[in-house]
Amino acid sequence: MASPTASAFAYAPAPESRSVVDIAPSYGLFIDGEFTEAADGKVFKTVSPSTEEVLSEVARAGAEDVDRAVKAARRAFGKWSALPGSERAKYLFRIARIIQERSRELAVLETLDNGKPIKETRDADLPLVAAHFFYYAGWADKLDHAGFGTNPAPLGVAGQVIPWNFPLLMLAWKIAPALATGNTVVLKPAETTPLSALFFADICRQAGLPKGVVNILPGYGDTGAALVGHPDVNKVAFTGSTAVGRAIARQVAGTKKKVTLELGGKGANIVFDDAPIDQAVEGVVTGIFFNQGQVCCAGSRLLVQESIHDELLDSLKRRLSTLRLGDPLDKNTDIGAINSAEQLARITTLVERGEAEGAERWSPACELPSSGYWFAPTLFTNVTQAHTVARDEIFGPVLSVLTFRTPDEAVAKANNSQYGLSAGIWTEKGSRILAVANKLRAGVIWSNTFNKFDPTSPFGGYKESGYGREGGRHGLEAYLDV
Amino acid sequence: MSDKPKKSDKTEKAGKAEKRAAQAGQQRLSVFKTYKLYVGGKFPRSESGRVYEVTDSKGKWLANAPRASRKDARDAVVAARKAFGGWSGATAYNRGQVLYRVAEMLEGRKGQFVHEVADAEGLSRSGAAEQVEATIDRWVWYAGWTDKIAQVVGGGNPVAGPFFNLSTPEPTGVVTVLAPQESSFLGLVSVLAPVIATGNTAVVIASERSPLPALSLGEVLATSDLPGGVVNILTGGTAEIAAPLAAHQDVNAIDLAGADAALAKELEIAAADNLKRVVRPRPVDYFAPPGIERLTAFLETKTVWHPTGALGASGSSY
Repeated sequence: MASPTASAFAYAPAPESRSVVDIAPSYGLFIDGEFTEAADGKVFKTVSPSTEEVLSEVARAGAEDVDRAVKAARRAFGKWSALPGSERAKYLFRIARIIQERSRELAVLETLDNGKPIKETRDADLPLVAAHFFYYAGWADKLDHAGFGTNPAPLGVAGQVIPWNFPLLMLAWKIAPALATGNTVVLKPAETTPLSALFFADICRQAGLPKGVVNILPGYGDTGAALVGHPDVNKVAFTGSTAVGRAIARQVAGTKKKVTLELGGKGANIVFDDAPIDQAVEGVVTGIFFNQGQVCCAGSRLLVQESIHDELLDSLKRRLSTLRLGDPLDKNTDIGAINSAEQLARITTLVERGEAEGAERWSPACELPSSGYWFAPTLFTNVTQAHTVARDEIFGPVLSVLTFRTPDEAVAKANNSQYGLSAGIWTEKGSRILAVANKLRAGVIWSNTFNKFDPTSPFGGYKESGYGREGGRHGLEAYLDV
Repeated sequence: MSDKPKKSDKTEKAGKAEKRAAQAGQQRLSVFKTYKLYVGGKFPRSESGRVYEVTDSKGKWLANAPRASRKDARDAVVAARKAFGGWSGATAYNRGQVLYRVAEMLEGRKGQFVHEVADAEGLSRSGAAEQVEATIDRWVWYAGWTDKIAQVVGGGNPVAGPFFNLSTPEPTGVVTVLAPQESSFLGLVSVLAPVIATGNTAVVIASERSPLPALSLGEVLATSDLPGGVVNILTGGTAEIAAPLAAHQDVNAIDLAGADAALAKELEIAAADNLKRVVRPRPVDYFAPPGIERLTAFLETKTVWHPTGALGASGSSY
């Protein structure tokens, strides 16, 4: 790992410079085109999870601020929704371009605030963010052709609450389709990662976006609840835990608010005995260690055919021993920091329970930095379907390994979950891929690949992984009165 | 309405028979039907042994309908879950033929349904006939949708990379349907047919006041090649039966068409527990041509990725 032992994989440090980002000592709420303090003057600190260094102090929105922001969004809605689609499109194209121009700055910022490796923010998050705005920009003047009838109407003010695992990408998934369809938005970023959303406010300023169309309210769960519960919000979009998703579904009951929820997952990655082992191992690693496993669609359950269990596990362990954990700004880093002390505690608790319940825990030799929040890549073997580590979403770099003998058994085990977000299939046999994909109850199936995302590709879950789809033509429906 | 004269012929004939009987000094006593639930392809009474009086719009006794219990509701969910694999796995063409068969069977029993709908909703014969004919046509409309909806709402996605990427709609699973209270037959079919057309299975709570057309529909479904358990029909207190279904962990979605605002809110809160897909009640003109919203409401989109590989750098211009 990052330890300076004289292995063939010892790399010299290659840190990305953070001088490209200028983080102000404090930030306000972004309401009606202006940065403003919270009505009650409350603030909170955001830290870099890899060092625990305080990055900035951010205003914390309360109920009064939510009301102010929703009113601003309501005022802006009339004009914004009445704009010709082609004009709204141009604003979104501008935003996409500005994101591309500032992508290096935003990648470093995101890595600082979130703790994920620069390799990922640079090569995955930021390109996808720009692509998402670019894609939905093009829809703004083509909604008549989207299959929702002619001239489908926007809903009004969208209240959006996003998580900390892909802060700017989740913002893009929420804001791009909302604006393209003519809605205005009030967005609450996660309390541990507010900065990229506040930088996005500046991008809106550069793009000349009319004031009030986008409002950003950093805050905690109480801010989110106030936003979801505001009587003048027409649409609620949430990405986060299933527990909070449930609370939101209860909160909006009996209202006319349209809701989409993108919640937890416990994705099964199924490896058949004819799969090319090296490719499958890469896919399994990508599936669970991408973004430290803090991914709702992570392949956190490995289902491996019994006959290749030992061979695959040997390969997998060998591969994990080459992963480099450490400074997220280092371009060679594979595994960054866990996003917060709270999340680290949750992972630790669940892993301890896994051990207590009798599963066998393994991690490669791995030196963890002395400050910051870190968790070594972890495997559990001898896992049964009843184990907590096979059932609960851990949201960390922890993989539970189970075995199966027949395709039917693999499908039955994969579907034995309250969740239904993602799954992976590894086999060289085409008909088996199609048969298994057909039987899996999950919204996204990656066959012979994993964790691929694209703005044209609908994303979202079955069962308790939530409802509605984001991305593609399907993603428009969430923001239209259809 | 072209067959209306025929119908009145029949009525006349029936009337003559009665007249003859009356002249002979005796009235033929009609045979009543014991209305029963339709669960798992069978016709059980409520396990609770309870019934309730169903009357026509003027308060005249029509039948004792089963008052289903929460146990009946749970049994219905078990039957619906058991049927889901087969029905959702059937080809769309096959589902279309079965649904069309339902329309054929209904056409044959039109007179019975006109009678029941007229009684249930206080309509004239012609008013009821209009309802029943629209209902049969609605089955035909949805029968045609089974093998088209995937092409309309699914499709390939042009991702920026060497991947085949296809989105396909799949049925959500077991759907609880609170049939509309007022429109006992047209409304019922307008909310039920789209649920099963796409491969879901259904637990239906019939209109509380007017449950008889729904129970007779069960008899039609049982003789239409529809596998047992695909549609399960319960009658009784809507609120009483809906509560355990809204909270049921093996129900995936709920259509609240037949709930009033207060009940709908209560059920939506219960439904949040396992994040059921919820269709809220709203005013619907069941005579108007429906959109596809009720089809798509109970569909999940599954997106499958696969690498495309490459055939060498030069490619081909042809």
